[in-house]
Amino acid sequence: MKPPPFDYHRPAGLGEALQALAEAGSHGKVLAGGQSLIPLLNMRLAAPGHLVDINGLTELATISADASGVRVGALARHAAVERDGSARAVQPLLAQALALVAHPVIRNRGTVVGSLVHADPSAEMPAVLALLGGSVRLARLGGERDVHARDFFVGPLESACLPGEMAVSAFFPALPERSGTAFCEVARRHGDYAVAGVAAAVTLDEDFRIIAARVACVSVGPVPVVVDVTGVCGQRPPASVDWDEVARAVQDRIEPEGDIHATAGYRRHLTGVLVTRALRGAAQDAARSGANDAGEGRA
Amino acid sequence: MTTKLFGERVQRREDARLITGQGRFLDDLGANALAAAFVRSPHAHARIRDVDVSAALDVEGLVAIYTWEDLPGLLAEPLPLLIPHPALTHGRTGHALARDIVRHVGEPVVMVVAADRYVAEDACSLIEVDYEILKPVVGVEEAAEAVNLVHADVPGNVGAHLVQEVPSPDGLSAREAIEAAPHTLAFRLDIERSASMPLEGKGVYARWDADDQSLRVYSSTQTSTSVRMAVAAKLGLPLPKVEVVAPDVGGGFGVKIVHPWPEEILVPWAARLLDREVKWTEDRREHFISSAHERAQVHHVRVGFDDDGRVLGLDVNILHDHGAYTPYGIIVPIITSTQLVGPYKIGAYRVEFSSIYTNTVQVTPYRGAGRPQGVFCMERTMDRIAAHLGLDRTEVRTANFIQPGEFPYDQGMTFQDGRPLIYDSGDYPESLRMLKELIGWDSFPAMKAEAAAEGRAIGIGVGCYVEGTGVGPYEGGHVQITSDGRVHVSTGLTSQGQGHETVFAQIAATELGVPIEKVSVVTGDTRRFGYAVGTFASRAAVMSGNAIALACRKVRDKALKVAADALEADPRDLEITDGVVHVAGTPSASIPLATVAVLSNPLRYAFDKETQRATQFAGAQDDDRPPVADGEEPGMEGKDYYSPIRSTFASGMHAAIVETDPLTAEIKILRYVVVHDCGKLINPMIVEGQIHGGVGQGVGGALYEKMVYDEHGQLLNASFMDFLMPYATEVPRIETAHLETPSPLNPLGVKGAGEAGVIPVSAVIAAAIEDAEGITIDRMPISPSDLYSLRAETRLRKIQ
Repeated sequence: MKPPPFDYHRPAGLGEALQALAEAGSHGKVLAGGQSLIPLLNMRLAAPGHLVDINGLTELATISADASGVRVGALARHAAVERDGSARAVQPLLAQALALVAHPVIRNRGTVVGSLVHADPSAEMPAVLALLGGSVRLARLGGERDVHARDFFVGPLESACLPGEMAVSAFFPALPERSGTAFCEVARRHGDYAVAGVAAAVTLDEDFRIIAARVACVSVGPVPVVVDVTGVCGQRPPASVDWDEVARAVQDRIEPEGDIHATAGYRRHLTGVLVTRALRGAAQDAARSGANDAGEGRA
Repeated sequence: MTTKLFGERVQRREDARLITGQGRFLDDLGANALAAAFVRSPHAHARIRDVDVSAALDVEGLVAIYTWEDLPGLLAEPLPLLIPHPALTHGRTGHALARDIVRHVGEPVVMVVAADRYVAEDACSLIEVDYEILKPVVGVEEAAEAVNLVHADVPGNVGAHLVQEVPSPDGLSAREAIEAAPHTLAFRLDIERSASMPLEGKGVYARWDADDQSLRVYSSTQTSTSVRMAVAAKLGLPLPKVEVVAPDVGGGFGVKIVHPWPEEILVPWAARLLDREVKWTEDRREHFISSAHERAQVHHVRVGFDDDGRVLGLDVNILHDHGAYTPYGIIVPIITSTQLVGPYKIGAYRVEFSSIYTNTVQVTPYRGAGRPQGVFCMERTMDRIAAHLGLDRTEVRTANFIQPGEFPYDQGMTFQDGRPLIYDSGDYPESLRMLKELIGWDSFPAMKAEAAAEGRAIGIGVGCYVEGTGVGPYEGGHVQITSDGRVHVSTGLTSQGQGHETVFAQIAATELGVPIEKVSVVTGDTRRFGYAVGTFASRAAVMSGNAIALACRKVRDKALKVAADALEADPRDLEITDGVVHVAGTPSASIPLATVAVLSNPLRYAFDKETQRATQFAGAQDDDRPPVADGEEPGMEGKDYYSPIRSTFASGMHAAIVETDPLTAEIKILRYVVVHDCGKLINPMIVEGQIHGGVGQGVGGALYEKMVYDEHGQLLNASFMDFLMPYATEVPRIETAHLETPSPLNPLGVKGAGEAGVIPVSAVIAAAIEDAEGITIDRMPISPSDLYSLRAETRLRKIQ
């Protein structure tokens, strides 16, 4: 369990990093938190000729939040995002999901953007980005582009990030007022990749009826599976929604596979259960947020 | 004895070192050693046609490459079959490096030695082995059909076959007793494969001293003395020229009692050949595919019983998956067969096992060593009987218990030590009474009904076991008091974190009447103690504990004699308190043990003020006697051995309450309760720690761990990502209570406690889930996905 030989680069600035990546082409790999890459290297499942270590690029360790959403830099650790008060206020789903990402020691080292680029369909952060319709900013020597979540996740462990490109930040949009979110999952052990998991976002109207509802499901397809269930929910208050019907609508859209931890049937069943739990949780969260807003308005 | 330490919750003396990074584990040693790495078979069954190393030769830093053909003499022979048995008619072991055929993924084929492990692995990746793939044999039942063979010369893939039969008191065979019984049941029970999985894998570091023509080997082993003998024999070295030291060892749980591992002889051989230090540290993937596994067995049970649930006849047929080789003999299925009967009087018993070869990692004992499977059979049987008769599950057990007045109780079989299976002591009815009280057994139905009213499903389960501990043949202890008053204790068996440094010091301090701070303990170092067996079978406290106590008593007698001379008193009037010998009732007439140690060694040369007292002109001698009397030895030291006539039998009972989620099928352990009897407790805190760790591993076996092989013999989950061991978050708080029925077999009255915690957990959790769900549980482990499938099957059966 030792990696094959590689050239190690530790650039002092972003330009230098992009230069190194441009030169390395398809043989280059970015090392940020290393929580997925280092095991892959040690097990010789990946053998990049060049590792570009961006841990010196502290300018990428940023978390900035405004009314439109939260932008997370490539070197922002999971733990930092989880604890960031303004990020939590603007987009609470980040902290809700991050609490489920592995264990504290991994969150202290691993990065949100690294998790997105790794594009594991069992991971939480790709589902969050997909649910919120966020984007990833990819820089290369001489330019950059923003890729929407729907285009960013290409397949299992495969993202739209091309050779020579580096993900420098990700943007998680805020939700409209009277919105709520939740992340529910079942893992074999605390902190494991989920057997099934569902991120949900619900928006209510002034009469507390559902006007938008979406879920993103993990571990049931090659990429996070986003399903808009606004229509199935109808413009009804959460208490009158037929949640079984909503669950079935999502179950029809997922493509779970069996593995050594769970059968495909169990994953489908579990996703249905978690869709209901997550949507109801998100609806309650939205109602609380709406009530608070109303309270503040009166004050 | 006035220094009361035996039985106290003394803090573990090794922890400060171990938890502050001061431990010295194998990989902490030999920073400048060359590194060994291995090319291992990627196939479960194949013939090696050719090994081409040419591409690796250019790797910078490469030192040597070895294949089987390079091995001289005994090194080229098969590895030893450590425990032969007449029933093991077709025992087979592998070679240090594969010869012609590989029989499981992970079998070592080529050894590479290089400047460091990175370079060694680079070279390994460039070595081309040409394999002719043979048909793999995977799954114990498929193997038993013997369509393909693991070893061409082992018909039926059967390595061993053994029947043990104990007739009923009135002479019926088990099968006759079952036929004649008012009620009979027959069913099948399965347990999956797991593994010891210590956090530190194996490792070997060897240095050859060319000037002295001697070898020192460090190994992460459970038996340094036996590794020493194996290395000396395999390398043709005189035994006194080989030293083996077990440094701090990060867990063993059985896998490290197997020896010599290929690496344990290859690394010392290479070190001598190259005259360079060489080290190999096992990585996790290597540990998964090239060490040992355990547990996988299929059991067919038939039982006959009366209206009270008394077992009149029990017939168990076991298919034991032995993997590719049998280096440790058939200890595991023997233990399952014999310990299955637990605390019960079985009318008539027949047990038969076939030990079957498969193209998978070899099977050797893992903590519990066949008992978890046996207890699963017996306790599931008790629950089935209760369900069949509509009786409370604890009533059925009570009806079958051996009573406190019936010890010694002869179960009529031969145990794993080749000795009769005779229980020495215990009190099973009292254990069960304590357990029921602790868990609230009698009030559980009300609790269950209350939960059901809230839409929650909870269930309770119970499991009992008896564990033969402290198997022989012997262990020894050496105790020396030096002239500074310090007490040096050594024993040959090794430590893997159990707390031996603490409990052996407690024993010595208590026996000698010295402060524990004065006592130091060394284990597993052949430079200090050459004769030993090893640490396994819950034997260290029983074997070395008693040996050390006996050695201390010898030293104490000698100290009292020397002190009596000095104090002109009768040794029978002397006591030792806080390291000072004094006349009972006359504290002023005293002499420190340090001085006694000085006086015990008549000197010609003094090296400090204290030792001047023992020199020849100091006037201490009697001119009419030699300075060292006949039959005496200089110095304040003693050595003794403890060798029991047979094992001593610890016992225990566990109960659990679980909750199953009606929607997600998640399984949560709400309470876990243990009543444990290991005889006299040396240190209750350490015993509880052993129980906690054991239950933790048991939870792993019950709910998480299995080795998943595909039909090609590839292990699909050979990493900690996919082989799930419980974290602290998955292990419930464990409530314990102790019962002490002292063993009459040894001076300290102790029984082993090391393995106990793990033994009944699968049986208990299965019973609790069954109670919560109303679904029969007959195979473990069980995952939420498995439970979901079982629910679906049950619904389907009900509809049909």
